[in-house]
Amino acid sequence: MSSYGRRLAGITIATAIVCVAIGLYIGLYLTNVPGSSAATPGPAGVTNLYLGTVPAAETTDPHPDWVSYYVVNRTSTNWQHDTTFVLPANSLVHVTIYQFDGDSGLRNEFLSQATGTVGGGFLLNGKPTLAINPDDASHVFAIPQIGLSVPLEGVPDSAKNPCSNAPCPLSMDHETITFTFRTPGKGLYRWQCFVPCAAGFIQGFGGPMQTVGYMDGFIKVV
Amino acid sequence: MSTIAMTTDRPPVWRRLIGFNLFMGIIGAIVGYIIGYWIGGRFTGANIAYYGPEAGQNDIAIFLGYFGGVVGFMGGLGFLNYPFRRMLGHPPTLAEHESEGEGIGRYFRLCTDHKVVAMQYLVGIGVFFFIGGLNAMLIRTELLQPNTHVFGANQYLTLVGMHGSMMMGMMTSGILGPFANWVVPLMIGSRRMAFPRIESFTFWLLMAAGVVLITTIFFGGFQTGWTGYQPLGDQNTAGYDAYIGFFALVGVSMCLLGFNLIVTIITMRAPGMTWSRLPIFVWAVLATAWLMALAAPMLIAALLMGAMDRTIQTAFYVPGQGGSSYLFQNLFWVFGHPEVYIVALPGFGIVLELLPVFARKPLWGYRLAVAGMLGVALLSFFVWQHHLFVSGINADLRPFYMLSTELISLPTGFTFLCAMGTLWRGRIRFTVPMLFCLAWVFNFLWGGISGVLLSDVPSDVTTHGSFFSMAHFHYTIMGGLVFTFFAAIYYWVPKMTGFKFNERLAKVHFWSMFIAFNSTFAPLFALGFLGMPRRVVTYPTNLQGLNDWVSVSAFVLGLSMLVFLYNVVWSLLIKREPAEANPWHSKSAEWQLPTPVPVYDFERIPVFDADPYPYGVEPTGPPVVAPAGGVA
Amino acid sequence: MTGGQHFRRIVILWLISSIILTPLVVFVLAPGMPPGNGSVEASGQVTDNTVLLGLATPVALAVLVYFAYACWAFRERDTDAVLDGPAIRGNATVQTWWLVVTTVIVLFLAVFGSVELLKDGAGGGQGPNPIATPAAAKANPPLQVQVIAQQWQFTYRWPGYGGVETQHLELPANTTVEMHVTSLDVIHSFWAYQLGVKADANPGEDNIAYVTTKGPLTFNIHCAELCGVWHGYMFDTGYVVAKPQFASWIATQRVKYAPATKNLVPYSKTYFPDPQRRGG
Repeated sequence: MSSYGRRLAGITIATAIVCVAIGLYIGLYLTNVPGSSAATPGPAGVTNLYLGTVPAAETTDPHPDWVSYYVVNRTSTNWQHDTTFVLPANSLVHVTIYQFDGDSGLRNEFLSQATGTVGGGFLLNGKPTLAINPDDASHVFAIPQIGLSVPLEGVPDSAKNPCSNAPCPLSMDHETITFTFRTPGKGLYRWQCFVPCAAGFIQGFGGPMQTVGYMDGFIKVV
Repeated sequence: MSTIAMTTDRPPVWRRLIGFNLFMGIIGAIVGYIIGYWIGGRFTGANIAYYGPEAGQNDIAIFLGYFGGVVGFMGGLGFLNYPFRRMLGHPPTLAEHESEGEGIGRYFRLCTDHKVVAMQYLVGIGVFFFIGGLNAMLIRTELLQPNTHVFGANQYLTLVGMHGSMMMGMMTSGILGPFANWVVPLMIGSRRMAFPRIESFTFWLLMAAGVVLITTIFFGGFQTGWTGYQPLGDQNTAGYDAYIGFFALVGVSMCLLGFNLIVTIITMRAPGMTWSRLPIFVWAVLATAWLMALAAPMLIAALLMGAMDRTIQTAFYVPGQGGSSYLFQNLFWVFGHPEVYIVALPGFGIVLELLPVFARKPLWGYRLAVAGMLGVALLSFFVWQHHLFVSGINADLRPFYMLSTELISLPTGFTFLCAMGTLWRGRIRFTVPMLFCLAWVFNFLWGGISGVLLSDVPSDVTTHGSFFSMAHFHYTIMGGLVFTFFAAIYYWVPKMTGFKFNERLAKVHFWSMFIAFNSTFAPLFALGFLGMPRRVVTYPTNLQGLNDWVSVSAFVLGLSMLVFLYNVVWSLLIKREPAEANPWHSKSAEWQLPTPVPVYDFERIPVFDADPYPYGVEPTGPPVVAPAGGVA
Repeated sequence: MTGGQHFRRIVILWLISSIILTPLVVFVLAPGMPPGNGSVEASGQVTDNTVLLGLATPVALAVLVYFAYACWAFRERDTDAVLDGPAIRGNATVQTWWLVVTTVIVLFLAVFGSVELLKDGAGGGQGPNPIATPAAAKANPPLQVQVIAQQWQFTYRWPGYGGVETQHLELPANTTVEMHVTSLDVIHSFWAYQLGVKADANPGEDNIAYVTTKGPLTFNIHCAELCGVWHGYMFDTGYVVAKPQFASWIATQRVKYAPATKNLVPYSKTYFPDPQRRGG
């Protein structure tokens, strides 16, 4: 092959390799886009959303030591690692959170009181509550864009049967928090936890607290 | 003198790979990383309060891994050979033998020929420039819609941080690396730089740094932007260690590059090359080199403290434990402000160097231009608090920094005046390098004026942290540095490679790039005034129209770069039409040499006896008076 | 054509373009520019920007007109020729005039900016010891609001109203407000756009910014300093309302948030939430 032909062939192969490399590079960044999980529709006009919070994700998770939210079902038997919830617009959503994690304490005690729920409070293990002790907070479920914020009480340290990794059955120690809120109009909103619960990170706010898919996610209102 | 090996004598490929070159460097990097990571793993213990085992990362191991990887990489390339030989008692050897060898292999190892290092820099920085540009395209893709996210929020912020880091880390050496290394020795009549091995070292270190930065995504990326503010950085996963590693290595590379250039320019000028005969480009390089040598260590110090915070329980930047977030901001910007002048000054030098050639007149106001370069360099150390006007710094400081920042527009104005004077009654030829220089004038004008607005504190309250400041620095940095980078490429690459560019493609590249650039960044001024903060993944829906216009323009800008790449590949790699020895009819010293320039540059060291811009003067000969035997 | 004739043409072109464009910029473009006139400080910023843009227009035009003219008038008309121009290396008169004029402009801008800044702080954060206080704040004690930035929302604390903390910000009209901006974790920045207030929130630091409200207003609040993953979503809407409406609002908030107020730490200029409080 002539020198010109060799160069042309070499350039073509190099260009192909570069295009594949660019595709791989972009692909690296496109991973970890949060999945989306539909909520369970309930009777006429009320949607049910069941969530679970655990001290550590599944042992097969890329980050098996990180705290996380999960989407579960009423009996806490079907655990999905998703943090994007699809909800209908302008509707009442009834949220039940099975809280399996120990307490970390609130950085801003203001968040010890629930805001933005229908009725102004929430049910902690069936008991109507307005605010909890800030030192007992394990997590918070908050949608700042609509003013919703509900503190989640932690499992006490003296508990006999705590859960360590997801999935966690209801037989293990947990707190049950239920509340109702009204979704706004169509759009994409974000939710987050406000408790510095990221074990192992400075001020507890790194890692899972700043990663969508663990302690942060989206609400897709359709 | 390079020897041409006979084809029958060439050893097989696998044999040629053994030796100190890039291949061995990569092997060394992998081995070094593994060893470093393993050693770091021995250091963890339950007493590390910040990163407990639940975090799932070991920052000491990662830092030591990077360090081991870089040492292994440099060792594989052969940089440890000379120090070890000297330590074992061997006498010193000159660096020249490392510049011998044939063909393309020289570009993949430690080569002390300054022309080879310059080409390595050009290609290496070019690769990372395009990766940074690809990141910019991805950022603009995300910003097409406020409520639909293409990338995860963490990944988007990593893209933003990588774009900024790649550009500010790599492109600061964008003109000094390729062009100062190639041209400055020739302009001052020297055969080489003062420290040829260090010259090659700075290049390979920069390449190692780029690879370190790219590995960030495997550790979760970093969500702090290129400024890496603390204490946000302390919260980050291990991707932030890659950011620290990248800028630490870039800082060392910059410091040594600047140092090398300073010593070369001061000590290796040929006879007759007095300070008042130094070409303005060399003055700009000298001013930039001073900034590089003095400012880069500040960055290394700031990041080293951050690394200590993340590994051995110090609290330099953690307010609750005695540290201060102000400390990082100040240390970073003491580096960061000279850094942006490191990026801007070479552009000034290129423009003032090329305008005389294409207007066929001497540089107007030579002394004023030099004063401008040095004035900018000196003042750049006294303005950094303008990045912190609303941060809560001592309120008494603000009028002072407002004054010093506005004063820096004076020496910058000298460059404009000298450019204007050089064109006055000239005979202007609109070649592609000239077009890029004229585009610099247009772009830097808007960049400079928006800078004056930002330097005024009440106006800064309106625009700080918004897209207005983004538009300002893209106009000065991209409109300044990148346009002159391309001017230098179209001007000198025909000499460096011996092949000419396709003129029509070059003009298509210029016009599409200029129009798309302005279309992309001009609306950002408006977006900033309309209240859009920086580094956001979502924005109010009423700003979507402007954002979409900007994104589409950015894609066109990316396409114009593809035109350039096509020109490079077609003209320089495939078609290879030989270039003339002096296509621009320049009277500068480097153009009086044959194409391609021989390994030892000059047969005999020249003697200079005229000023560097002998245009319009009788006789219109070259500035170099060579002894009998000549240079041609 | 002599140099003098070229120069005269350039000056005339510059004068014409300046006389047309500068009034357009100063009277048509600038006054309508953001951030608008929602507060006294925002109006100050608009005035400041107007002066800056008004000065920038003739300066920019001078450079643009010169280069456009030079590229047209001094181009090499014969594309094959490579001929030299006159060997002019400098002109002391031009250099001196340029230096004098640019220095005067720069010094004027520095003085003007300082005067504007020291008048009332221009809505910017001045740190814990502000030197530019609005006159009204020196006469009567201003309304104190603490802006607490945290990852990732702003909350507001009212020391004059029992230290209650609220989720949203409402301010009374025609009042001078002293905002104390601080952070609980990393660096944020409180940017109330239509109020013209921007003050960084540094952890462990008290950053004071003054704003004097005018009439009722809806304003956007954004975080203006990258603070982590949800920085782009750290926004809110604030309101300036009539004074009686504000009084009833704050009273309602105190009742509504009474349970939370019991749990709050005492009001302080800075807070250091215990970093050891983390999960696990």
